[in-house]
Amino acid sequence: MLTIILWMLLAYFMLPLCWLAVNATKSNVDLFGTFGLAFAPNFALFDNIAQLFAFQGGIYLRWFANTILYAVVGAGGAALVAAMGGYALAKFDFHGRKAVLAIVLGATAVPGTALAVPTYMLFTQWGLINTELAVIIPALVSPFGLFLMLVYAQDAVPDSMIEAARIDGAGEARIFWTIALPLMAPGFVTVLLFQLVATWNNYFLPLIVLNQSDKFPLTVGLSLWNKLANAGGVNLAQPLYPLVITGSLLAVLPLLVAFVFLQKYWQSGIAAGGVKE
Amino acid sequence: MTRLSAKTRATPTAYLFLTPFIVVFAISVVVPLGYALWISFFRKQMIGGTVFVGFGNYLRALGDTLLHDAVLRVVVFLLLQVPIMLGVAMFVALAIDSGRLAGSRIVRIGLFLPYAVPAVVAALMWGYIFGGQFGLAGQLFGSLGMPTPDFLGPNLMLMSVGNVVTWSFVGYNMLIFYAALRSIPTDIYEAAAIDGANEWHKAWFIKLPALRPALVLALIFSVIGSLQLFNEPSILGQLRPSVVTTSWTPNLYAYNLSFTGGQINYAAAVAMLLGGFTVVVAYVVQLGAMKRGRLL
Repeated sequence: MLTIILWMLLAYFMLPLCWLAVNATKSNVDLFGTFGLAFAPNFALFDNIAQLFAFQGGIYLRWFANTILYAVVGAGGAALVAAMGGYALAKFDFHGRKAVLAIVLGATAVPGTALAVPTYMLFTQWGLINTELAVIIPALVSPFGLFLMLVYAQDAVPDSMIEAARIDGAGEARIFWTIALPLMAPGFVTVLLFQLVATWNNYFLPLIVLNQSDKFPLTVGLSLWNKLANAGGVNLAQPLYPLVITGSLLAVLPLLVAFVFLQKYWQSGIAAGGVKE
Repeated sequence: MTRLSAKTRATPTAYLFLTPFIVVFAISVVVPLGYALWISFFRKQMIGGTVFVGFGNYLRALGDTLLHDAVLRVVVFLLLQVPIMLGVAMFVALAIDSGRLAGSRIVRIGLFLPYAVPAVVAALMWGYIFGGQFGLAGQLFGSLGMPTPDFLGPNLMLMSVGNVVTWSFVGYNMLIFYAALRSIPTDIYEAAAIDGANEWHKAWFIKLPALRPALVLALIFSVIGSLQLFNEPSILGQLRPSVVTTSWTPNLYAYNLSFTGGQINYAAAVAMLLGGFTVVVAYVVQLGAMKRGRLL
């Protein structure tokens, strides 16, 4: 009985993704003319992909490359910045330690979107609007990452090991790189993965700080096409719905695959974050 | 005392390690927040340029019926969607933890996967499924000979947004609850079994209390998320612009005020008010959860 309920729930959760996969294989005519969960006789997936990559001079590929850049640099940087900060907070006693913790914790309660307008205005003044940095710099901040790394550093890096390394004459940077960071690896990978999702899926920030479509990530680009498809779809030379659907499918595949293959990492990471209060 | 001296000696190092975080945090959070507060006290006027108006923008916001409606809408959303989402997540976590489920691994991963789907794509998919043109929902209702509810119409739009948000985040919350359940030491169950506890007793007296910290955390994050609602309604609104107005949620309102209305100072005041309101609600949730000392 329990099994049946949960498998029905699973079907509901899989439905949109199945719908997406099926409909990415349809031509515009079949999209409107055939049942949503059945394949059409005409298998148009490769046609759709070819059109997707050709439309507007291949801008979709540009969006894909931008997304990868933002996600990789943002998430990699965020994990490193959080690891260094978390290690400092866990293993050193210094003035302002408690203040840093309190401010960062307090700031997480402030809605990120409340920062959008002032961020836009400041970035305009600093000449960052419509640059890659405008998306990447805010992506480097992960309060959740900082706390997770703090917890990991406390648990996984023994004080005695740091002291032994100091006695042997190792510098602080070397101790961090060769001793602490490898011990903190599970936490690091978790922060990396979750920040990767956050950056890959980010919509609000790039929508605000970018205004030229060649800088867009996939989310903003797809939303732009969807708007076009709904507003003036009939007047466009090219039907846009198949492109939006196929483009969405390609946009979600990398993360879905990453999550299926990296299960043991993110599950242990959530376990570390989930039981804390 | 040798340990303390080693730590003290390394104080400059600690600052160095912390510097990158402090810098990006300052640029992206602290400075914009201070700046928003600053500009919220000014108003741009046709004659006389930008002038200091004190709390003028805040007073205007408190009397703004568009903002009232928007806040009311997200509060209704919060009261309906969050309990459903966390309830389902908890039910699934308890079901998987009970070990009486076939294929629990697949259920666990399958329910979590939507978390990896961008809100934009999630809203697009559900929008197309619910939409009138080639909507799956319409085809299903049609094949049953029933009229299709207008999922994107004025009456059901909020529910449809809730559906997208629930779809996206049930799995994430479920995993947090599941992780909390896994951390319960097994000897507690053995002791309970000796005392004659059955599965229901275990769930009620051991598992639910153990879930409390995780639940409070999930609740606070969900409250913050609901009050900030933007992505899902703005994408679904592209399908039905007449339903999702420019002030449908407080965030959409602040966004439209500044980026299409040119009222940046007023938008900053609205954003600050929303931020303050969110902090208060999150604080009340936390306080309420701690005071009761029992499950919510």
